[in-house]
Amino acid sequence: MAGTESRGDTAVAGRVDDEVVLRAIDISKTYGVTRALKGVNFEVRRGKVTVLFGENGAGKSTLMKILSGVEQPTGGRLELDGETVTLASTSDAVDRGISIIHQELNLCANLSVRDNVFIGRELRTRLGGIDYAREAEITRGLMDRLEEPIRPTTLVQDLRVGQQQIVEIARALQTDTRILIMDEPTSALSAAEVEVLFKVIRELTSQGVAIVYISHHLEEAIEIADHAVVFRDGDLVATAEAADIDLPWVVRQMVGREADYDFRDEPREFGDVALSIQGVTVAEPETGRVVVNDVSLDVRAGEIVCLYGLMGAGRTELMEAIAGRDPISGGRVLLGQTDLGTRSVRERIALGLGLVPEDRQRDGLVQMMSVGANLSLPSLLSMVRRTFISRRVERADVEQEIADVKVKTAGPGALITSLSGGNQQKVVIGKMLLTRPKVLLLDEPTRGIDVGAKGEIFSLLFREARKGLAVLYVTSEVGEALTASHRLVVMSRGRLVRELDPRTCTRDEVMAASGEQETTDEAAPHHPPTEDHVPAATHAETDRNGAS
Amino acid sequence: MTATTTAPAPPATGPAGATPGRRRFNVNAVLVEGRALIALLIIIAIFAALSDNYLTAGNLTTITKQVAFNAIVALGMLMVILNGGIDLSVGSTVGLTAAVAGNLFRGLNLPLTEAIMFPQVWVIVVLSVGVGMLVGWVNGLLVARLNLAPFITTLGMLYVARGLTEVLLNGQNITNELSGQPYLNNTGFFTVFASRPLGLPISAWVMILFAVVFSIVLTRTPFGRWLYATGSNERAAQLSGVPVKRVQTRIYVLSGLCAGVVGILQMANISSSTADLGTYYELNAIAAVVIGGAALSGGRGTVRGTIIGAFVIGFLANGLVIVGVSPFWQKVITGAVIILAVAVDQIQQIIGRRRNARRAVAAARQGGATTAA
Repeated sequence: MAGTESRGDTAVAGRVDDEVVLRAIDISKTYGVTRALKGVNFEVRRGKVTVLFGENGAGKSTLMKILSGVEQPTGGRLELDGETVTLASTSDAVDRGISIIHQELNLCANLSVRDNVFIGRELRTRLGGIDYAREAEITRGLMDRLEEPIRPTTLVQDLRVGQQQIVEIARALQTDTRILIMDEPTSALSAAEVEVLFKVIRELTSQGVAIVYISHHLEEAIEIADHAVVFRDGDLVATAEAADIDLPWVVRQMVGREADYDFRDEPREFGDVALSIQGVTVAEPETGRVVVNDVSLDVRAGEIVCLYGLMGAGRTELMEAIAGRDPISGGRVLLGQTDLGTRSVRERIALGLGLVPEDRQRDGLVQMMSVGANLSLPSLLSMVRRTFISRRVERADVEQEIADVKVKTAGPGALITSLSGGNQQKVVIGKMLLTRPKVLLLDEPTRGIDVGAKGEIFSLLFREARKGLAVLYVTSEVGEALTASHRLVVMSRGRLVRELDPRTCTRDEVMAASGEQETTDEAAPHHPPTEDHVPAATHAETDRNGAS
Repeated sequence: MTATTTAPAPPATGPAGATPGRRRFNVNAVLVEGRALIALLIIIAIFAALSDNYLTAGNLTTITKQVAFNAIVALGMLMVILNGGIDLSVGSTVGLTAAVAGNLFRGLNLPLTEAIMFPQVWVIVVLSVGVGMLVGWVNGLLVARLNLAPFITTLGMLYVARGLTEVLLNGQNITNELSGQPYLNNTGFFTVFASRPLGLPISAWVMILFAVVFSIVLTRTPFGRWLYATGSNERAAQLSGVPVKRVQTRIYVLSGLCAGVVGILQMANISSSTADLGTYYELNAIAAVVIGGAALSGGRGTVRGTIIGAFVIGFLANGLVIVGVSPFWQKVITGAVIILAVAVDQIQQIIGRRRNARRAVAAARQGGATTAA
C-alpha cells in the first residue's frame, strides 16, 4: 500500500517497554470477504491517552471490539503486560481490566445510578441479598472521584447524557479498569460537558489508567491526545506523539493519497431542476427535536450534488424525509413539477425518486435473498407478464444490471451475503437504478468499502448522470466531496450552511463550514435556550456499520 | 455489557423460490426439506414394520383426510410465519366458521319481519368462509396498522372467536339441520363436502388445490416475493417500495380463508357443528410449518416443506394410535418430534455458519496473498 508512513517503526513486537500495558500484534479481522483489519500492530500506554483517527470503515471500531473481547481476531495476538492473552468475552476483558464505553450508552435507564454501577457484579450481604448500603457508599466515592455530585439512588433516565456518560465511566472504574476504551464519547455531549469529560480523562490518566479514545471530532481529539494513531482501509498507517501533530497532518494521514478517482473535469451541462427541496423541516417524531431546519436545495438533471456534514448534522433525516420514509413537518419536496406531498416511499419510487440508504445491512439488503432477488425487488411489477413474474424478463434485467454496475458475483442466484461490502453496495445502487429513477439519493454510498470500489461507484454515478440522472449524495469524507461532485453543499446542525464549488474550495473551508473546527467556542449559540440544534448522534447515524 | 456487533449477517439458508434466474443446486435448502422427508419415511417404515394395518388403503385415506385439515390451516399459517408473524386464532376461526354455517342452515331471522330466510348451500359456504376471512382481516389490520404484536393480537382473537362460537351454538351442537330440506332449497351440503372424487376425500383435493395455488403465489408473483422480503428484512423491503402493510394485512386474511375452508370441510366430515371444533388446530399448524423447515423469525419456508410437515404429524399420530401407544405417551412423543425437528434445523444452521466462516477466512487469506504480492 502506498502512503504508509512510520508504520512498523514504533509498534515492534517484543520491545521491552514498561509503559506499554496492552499490545496488539499483527491483528487481522475478516467479515465474510471483507477485510476490516489487515495485520495491525498497536500499543496502549499506561497513564496516556491514545487517540485513534480514521474515516468510517477504516477499522478503528473493529480493533476496539477485539480489544474489549466483543469479537475475536481472525489472526494475530494480544499481549497484556507482556503476556499473550485471549479475550474470549467482554466479561473476560473486564476481568483483565479492559472496559469499553460505547457510543450508544449501555445503561438501564429505569434503574438507579447505584444499580447501574454494580449491574452484573452486585455486592452480596451474608444472607445473599444485595448490599445496597455498601454499593451506595462505593458509588458515592466514585462520583466524588469523578467530581460529579450525582446521588447513587437517582434514576439514570433522570440524568443528562453527559452525566450518564459519567455513570458509565464510574462503572468501568468500579471494576478496577486499567484500560478504558471510549468510542465516540462526545458525540452526544454539549461543549460544557465535553470539558467535564476531558477533566475526568486527565484525572484518570494521572491515576495510571490508559485511555483509548476514538472520535470524529478531530480537533477535540487532538486536544486530549498523548499519542495519535491513524487507521486507513484496515491498516494502521501512522503513529505520532501529540506534540508533533496538527489537524492538517491528521487529515492527510486519514485520507492518505488522494483517491484514484477524480471527477472534477466532468462536463457541467445540466438539464431542468429534477429535485427541488423547498424549506424542508423535519422533527423527530418521538422528541419533537428539530433535526432538519428549513433546508432548500435544487438538483438538476445530470448534476451530482454532494452533501457534506458530520454525523448528527441531520443528513440521514433529510434523505429519509425526501425519500418518503419519514414525514416532513414543514416545506415541500418537488420531483420535476410534482409536489410529492405525503406520498409513500413506494409511490416516490414509481415516480422516479429512489434512496440508497446509509445502513446497507439494516435498510438496503434482504439478507435471506439472492443477489438477483435483491436487485429485482423494487421493480418486480415491471417484470410481471400475465399475473406472474416472468422469469425470462427478470433474469434478463437482473443480469443486465449486474453487468452494468459491475457486481462481482457467481451469478444472480448467489446469496447476497456472499458478496463483499463494495459489491453489496453496488447491488443496493443497482436495484434502485433498475427502477429507472430520475433522481437518486445516496446516503454515505462509500461507507466501509475499499478505495477501488469507491472509484467504481462514482464512475457509475457519473455515467448515469451523463445520461440525465440527478444525484444527491451524503458523505462525511472530505476527499470524496471535493473530487466526486459537481457542487458541494455543507450541512451542519440541521441547516445547509455553505454552498461550495469543489474545483476551487479547500479542505479546510469544507471542514470549517461543517462546524468541525468550532467545537470549543460553540456553546453559546447552539445550546440553551432551546436544545433544537444540539448535535447528537441519532440512531440512524451511529457508527454501527463502520466496520463492515 | 452488551455490544451490538456489526458483522454482516451470516449467510442464511435461502428460501427456495426466492432465487430468480438460473436454478442452482442449494444444499442447505435440500437438507432443510429433506430432513422432514427423511423423518416422514422413517416414521412410515417404523409403523409399517410394527403393524400390518398401517399401510392399508383404508388407513392411508383416513390419514390423508386428517392431514388435509391440518395442512390447509398450515398453509395459511405458513404465509403468516413467512412474514415473521404468528396466527393463534386459526383454530377458533375453524370453529366459528362452522358455527356460522350451522346457524345459517337453521335459517336467518330477518330483522323487522317475522320471516326466516334459508340461504342456499353455496351462499352459506361463501358467507361463513367470509366470516373466517373477516377475522383474519381484523387480525391483519391490528397487526399492520396499529403495530400490535401478532402473538398477543391473535391470542386475543383466539378467545374472541371461540367465545362467539359458543354464543352462536348456545350449548347445542347443530347436526340435523345440515342435511337441509328440499322445500327450503338448502340441500346438497354433504353431497359436495363429504364427497370422494376418484376415491380421495374432498379435503385432500382442496389441500392439493391450495398447495398448488399458494406455491405459485409464493414463487411466481410479486406478492410472494414481497412476503419473503418483508419477512427477512422489513425495513429494506419498505425502502425498496414494497407495500409492507398491505402484504401484512393480506396474509392474515389468507390465513382466515384457510381456517374458514377447513371449518366447512371439518363440519361436513363430522356431520356436525360443535363448539370445540378446531381446538388446538393452530398448534398443529405451527408444528407442521416448523417441521417443514420454516423459520419463525420469517423469510424462510416453503409450501412443499409445510405439506410434508403436516404429513409427518399425521403419520406419526396415526401410527401411535394403531400400534396402541397410550394417548398420554402419544403427546410426549409428538412433542419430542417437534423439538427434535427444530433442534436439527438449528444445528444444521450452526454447522453451516461455521463452514461459511471458515471458507471466508480461507478466501480472505488467498485474497490477502494476491493483493500483498
